[in-house]
Amino acid sequence: MSVALQTFDLCKSFGGITATDHVDFTLAKGARHALIGPNGAGKTTFVNLLTGVLRPSSGRVELKGEDITAVSREARVGRGLARTFQINQLFGTMTPVEMIALVTSERLGRGRQLLRALDRDAELVAETAEILARFRLDDIMDERIATLPYGKQRQIEIAAAFAAKPSVLLLDEPAAGVPEAERRELMAMVAGLPEDVSVLLIEHDMDLVFRFATRITVLVNGHVLAEGDPDEVARDPAVRAAYLGEHAHG
Amino acid sequence: MSEGSIEARVQRSLYAARRWHPAEIMFWLLAVAAFFLLPRQLLILNEIAILGLFAVSLDLILGYAGIVSLGHAAFFGFGAYAAGLFAKHASADPLAGLAVGMGAAGLLGLLTSPLILRGSDLTRLMVTLGVALILGELANSLGWLTGGADGLQGIMMGSVLGLFEFDIFGKVAYLYSLAVLFVLFVLARRIVGSPFGLSLRAIRDNPLRASASGVPLHWRLVAVYTLAAAYAGAAGALLAQTTQFVSLDVLAFHRSADLMLVLIIGGAGYLYGGLIGAVAFKLLQDVIASFTPQYWMFWIGLFLVLFVLGGRELIHGGIKAVVGRVARLGRRSPT
Amino acid sequence: MLTILFDGVAYGMILFVLACGLSVTMGLMNFINLAHGAFAMFGGYVTVLAMQRLGLPFLWALPAAFLVAAAAGLVLERLVYRPMYAKSHLDQVMFSIGLVFMAVAGADYLMGSSQQFVQLPAWLSGRFDLAGIGVGRYRLFIILLCGALAFAMQWGFTRTRFGSRLRAAVDDARVARGLGIPVNRLFALTFAFGSGLAGLGGALGIELMGLDPTFSLKFMIYFLIVVTVGGTSTISGPFFAAMLLGVADVAGKYLVPQLGAFIIYALMVVLLITRPHGLFARGRA
Repeated sequence: MSVALQTFDLCKSFGGITATDHVDFTLAKGARHALIGPNGAGKTTFVNLLTGVLRPSSGRVELKGEDITAVSREARVGRGLARTFQINQLFGTMTPVEMIALVTSERLGRGRQLLRALDRDAELVAETAEILARFRLDDIMDERIATLPYGKQRQIEIAAAFAAKPSVLLLDEPAAGVPEAERRELMAMVAGLPEDVSVLLIEHDMDLVFRFATRITVLVNGHVLAEGDPDEVARDPAVRAAYLGEHAHG
Repeated sequence: MSEGSIEARVQRSLYAARRWHPAEIMFWLLAVAAFFLLPRQLLILNEIAILGLFAVSLDLILGYAGIVSLGHAAFFGFGAYAAGLFAKHASADPLAGLAVGMGAAGLLGLLTSPLILRGSDLTRLMVTLGVALILGELANSLGWLTGGADGLQGIMMGSVLGLFEFDIFGKVAYLYSLAVLFVLFVLARRIVGSPFGLSLRAIRDNPLRASASGVPLHWRLVAVYTLAAAYAGAAGALLAQTTQFVSLDVLAFHRSADLMLVLIIGGAGYLYGGLIGAVAFKLLQDVIASFTPQYWMFWIGLFLVLFVLGGRELIHGGIKAVVGRVARLGRRSPT
Repeated sequence: MLTILFDGVAYGMILFVLACGLSVTMGLMNFINLAHGAFAMFGGYVTVLAMQRLGLPFLWALPAAFLVAAAAGLVLERLVYRPMYAKSHLDQVMFSIGLVFMAVAGADYLMGSSQQFVQLPAWLSGRFDLAGIGVGRYRLFIILLCGALAFAMQWGFTRTRFGSRLRAAVDDARVARGLGIPVNRLFALTFAFGSGLAGLGGALGIELMGLDPTFSLKFMIYFLIVVTVGGTSTISGPFFAAMLLGVADVAGKYLVPQLGAFIIYALMVVLLITRPHGLFARGRA
């Protein structure tokens, strides 16, 4: 099994509160991995440590065997680590075409070109079109993103992360707040991502997790409580006590 | 729908943003026509062109990259002094002086750009204001170089391209400023439509997502700040050259504040806002000054207050309606 | 040398009284009120008018300046400031610059553009020597009065119920609202109090800083320095920032007059770069 992303003894504390507690985590290449845990378990902090939004207090992060702990956020994207956000982070005044073109242009290293016209760049146009088609955004590609319905915006979140052609994709509660009907379509889109992309799904909704993931890590109070395939995790008494039980009640 | 047709539509969408609109062409034709139609207003037209260029400069950082500044006059004034001193001591050639003004202001922008990378809007407002104040103090205290409070006098300009001598009616001045404005505007228009320009809008809309999309925020902001500084320097140089005088006023706070007003009148983020705002601002100034020259500041202040309190929607609605009507006319006429 | 320090402290004290209201409005509603100086100018003119037209003695004119400026703050907060809280910082800046411009031109129209003076009572003028230091009586009066005010405010801010509510609201207005603290009313009161202090500062400052229609523009930058450097979450932060600024400015103007205000602007820029969240900030600025 080759490794896509790995953390070693990763810690993060804010003042006296430990949000990430000695986490050793491995995401295998091509994985469909889910990270679950109750509210406040430190999932989002962990994602922020992986993507470089936060700096760890100690420990390190490796992407494809290379230490990226000190690498900037944007450089991590260049190395193939992309993410979506739990709360939409979109370019509200842009259209989907522009947003996907932006991500593509940065990936192709075009961002420093001051004088080239976007539409004259055949590679940029082709790849932008491909992403829009894959995520079925072509019929709304000229609308302002801020005016689109929420479900479509969630789709753009994923499309924009995928447009960076990542080898590792972190999906932070992609279906959060999406109505049941659209949720299935959204998750079908996630399931249809190419197999060589390693996906880490951070999710609250147990149905989604058990349908999607082949491996699950449970995070509680910042540390890894359990890890294994879905059946193992579902049977684990500690998990049931700490998480599933609470989930069933709450 | 086949893949090919989506590609064509993407290309069309991306092209639409940079296509020359008939209304734009009409705008520039009007600017040229003004030279013939208003021969006695050339001096004020020249001021409008310079203010317009200055506003385009602010639009580049505020409208496109979302950087607020209360001290943009720093670059305007620096460019003005650089061009003025260059004309006085080195060469009277206007284009060389323009290049010097732009270069000097651009360099200042590059050097001060680290100051605007961090911190909140408030810190940025303060730091930009601080830089402008520092320059103002410097220009005041380095009297041997700048002429201090008396201003930089004795600037003699050569002819533009060795052909056109500046005249007292402002004929050459207006055409020269308009030509520089047009060239720099077209360049800016090109830049905002480039991958670089798109990344600036990304930073303005959402810095978090921009960096998660691989945009190196710092470098892009440094680049656009430097560029905008050079543009402001060009505007300052034009003022120094066409009036053959530089006073401390070029660095004054009210110049930065007025500039903000110009841009918010016209609307930020589409380049023409600065030009429309410059026209409106100068007309407004002219009208108010004609009946109450001394208290012009009061009316500008009142205008600002009312504008922010709710007048903006009104004015921008009006501009949009007019532009829309012109655009429809433009579209109808060629077909 | 010690005289410079003394004068600087007096100057800093006035700056503190002038600016601390601004610091609270900025911290509480995250609102950039560049027009704060206009309230100070207003207080100054009230003092001048009260003394010249009504013949009030200086000591009675001071509370008048406070009350009138506070009343003006209360009214303006209700009428024009409140809709601005939800707007962007840029809008707030434009709006308050507009107010400053109106105040400057309005003062010019009503009072004329010349410098205004007040006649200090005899027991406040002149200086005396204390262990070789020249001590201006008026400056000593300012230090005592403003020092007492600063202590009172620090006490009120940290020890009273009003203060603890205010601190809660500054830290997180949403949570404070959730706890049932009437943030809007709290803010209106604080705004009025801050405006009143500005008015008082303006009155006290006539002798030291001068008073003419450009006052609110000229000193705007000083207030902003105090607030940005001192931070907005304490009383002591702006206090020390004002002291620093006062001493640096007075010393600079005495020792190297040709540099003018250059020193303090440079100081501010350096401080803002090295400590972007304020000199004494606790976390969020």
